[in-house]
Amino acid sequence: MTIALHNMPWLEPVVKIAKGENVSQNLQTIIKSVGIPLAGILVFLMIWHAAASNINTSLGQFPGPSDVIEQSGNLLSEHNEERQKAVAFYERQEKRNADRLARDPDYVAKIRPYTGKPTYIDQIGTSLITVLSGFILASLIAVPLGIVIGLSANLYSAFNPIIQIFKPVSPLAWLPLVTMVVSALYISDDPLVPKSFVNSMITVMLCCLWPTVINTAVGVASISQDLKNVSMVLRLNYITHVIKIVLPASVPMMFTGLRLSLSIAWMVLIAAEMLAQNPGLGKFVWDEFQNGSSDSLGRIMVAVITIGLIGFLLDRIMLMIQRFVSWDKSATLR
Amino acid sequence: MNTLLELTQVGIEFNTAKGSFRALRDVNLKIKQGEYISLIGHSGCGKSTVLNIVAGLLQATEGGVVLNGKEVNEPGPERAVVFQNHSLLPWLSAYQNVELAVKQVFKGKKSRAEMKDWIEHNLELVHMTHAMHKRPDEISGGMKQRVGIARALAMEPDVLLMDEPFGALDALTRAHLQDSLMEIQRDLNNTVIMITHDVDEAVLLSDRIVMMTNGPAATIGEILDVDLERPRNRIELADDPRYNHFRHEVLSFLYEKQKKVDHTTSAVKKANTEKKPAVKPVNEKVA
Repeated sequence: MTIALHNMPWLEPVVKIAKGENVSQNLQTIIKSVGIPLAGILVFLMIWHAAASNINTSLGQFPGPSDVIEQSGNLLSEHNEERQKAVAFYERQEKRNADRLARDPDYVAKIRPYTGKPTYIDQIGTSLITVLSGFILASLIAVPLGIVIGLSANLYSAFNPIIQIFKPVSPLAWLPLVTMVVSALYISDDPLVPKSFVNSMITVMLCCLWPTVINTAVGVASISQDLKNVSMVLRLNYITHVIKIVLPASVPMMFTGLRLSLSIAWMVLIAAEMLAQNPGLGKFVWDEFQNGSSDSLGRIMVAVITIGLIGFLLDRIMLMIQRFVSWDKSATLR
Repeated sequence: MNTLLELTQVGIEFNTAKGSFRALRDVNLKIKQGEYISLIGHSGCGKSTVLNIVAGLLQATEGGVVLNGKEVNEPGPERAVVFQNHSLLPWLSAYQNVELAVKQVFKGKKSRAEMKDWIEHNLELVHMTHAMHKRPDEISGGMKQRVGIARALAMEPDVLLMDEPFGALDALTRAHLQDSLMEIQRDLNNTVIMITHDVDEAVLLSDRIVMMTNGPAATIGEILDVDLERPRNRIELADDPRYNHFRHEVLSFLYEKQKKVDHTTSAVKKANTEKKPAVKPVNEKVA
């Protein structure tokens, strides 16, 4: 119970009311913590609705909240239909194979994969896998690099200009280069993952490296001299020094960087997918735009909201990991 | 008894943005096995610099330090330091903090069980067994300093270096810890160099009090032998004329012979604040 409450502070007054403690004051807390944000959302929805009905495009009216709800329902039902089709497809194959085996025992049964178009949910899945691969790859490079350059003032001075120059580069500038390099180097008859996936992943990686590198380096460089003295008196070797002192001391800064990186990765991914044609949310938005039906704008708006929600969720997940990893449980993390 | 630690003609110069700053010159001191030495002097006189040179955290520009016939030129656990602000790793419990030191010093020399006993023994010495699994932010300042002392003692150092170990504590806690330290000293008879600002502390704990002149270019002014027999009791000593004589000696050195003039205070302060970020000793080895 206590653990659950720790993660959901807004539930606390509800529990207190259930216990009969100080009802009126706790009710006020609930109104403040839940009611005010809800009111904010409500006002936003109203303004959105009013504005949307006044914007007319060549593809019809700008989607309001009701269109978004409708299109979400459509996308979900399309997903379910597609899934049912797939199930039916495999059932047909199995039945046919069973029939043939009954007639000809030497027949080697083959199951062909279902090749229907990816649904909205599939595209979210692909996007998540791509962004996480790119982000993890970036972190695997950025954290060690940040530690190494944070430990040495000279290395930091050497790397800093390079970092500062590459940091503001847009994914759209990297993508053509990445595409060409990947098609030159990633040659395989039976590729494990499609090229478009590799392109998006590497672009994401290149764009989201920098915040982690910089923040980790700053965190490492600002470890107190006292702790460094302890390490020197104990004659800890480089590796022990890093594991026992540098890593725990720089966890807060490192996570600040990782969270910035992940949010950049998610933003970059949408752009990368549009251009690389990796089947994900970015491609979904692009395809809907090209498709240009009267539903398209509504569907794109669904994607916009999905992208926002997932970005928010990813950040919350990072925050939970940070809470779990950080030694200082009393620190306020936001 | 033989000389354990010898400082010969030690001097240090810092390179500052405004040219070089001479902090110490001609420091000569011989310390015998089992001796308890206090370094006393006004702020900014270079007491900590002397200690850091012995610790190996700073490198002397001239002269050198010899411990057990070997020259000191880098930090090491045989010269354990008790830092002024405890310097415990905040993410480790008291036990783990001591364990880190013990594992480093006795790797391959003690078994796992022996290490555990040794860690617990040292925490026992400073009366910290009841809170040994607590983290530094869960215990009081005095307790943190006790753990810091336990960590240093656990390294079985040749010399124990203490940089104003009780400076940040309130008077009662300080007295308590001084008594604990005397008790430990009676059993272990370590060689100790302690920096202090507190005249009573110096007289109560030390065999010799090394009094330093004011900086810049500070050096040893006088050395006072405190031949009060041990064990010493602060209450009995409070009325002892010899104790008061020693106090008087130290006080007159500090407030008559080395009276602080205001303009030097500000000059030294300035040099000290500059020293920290921008200044590096001339031949500093450690980054």
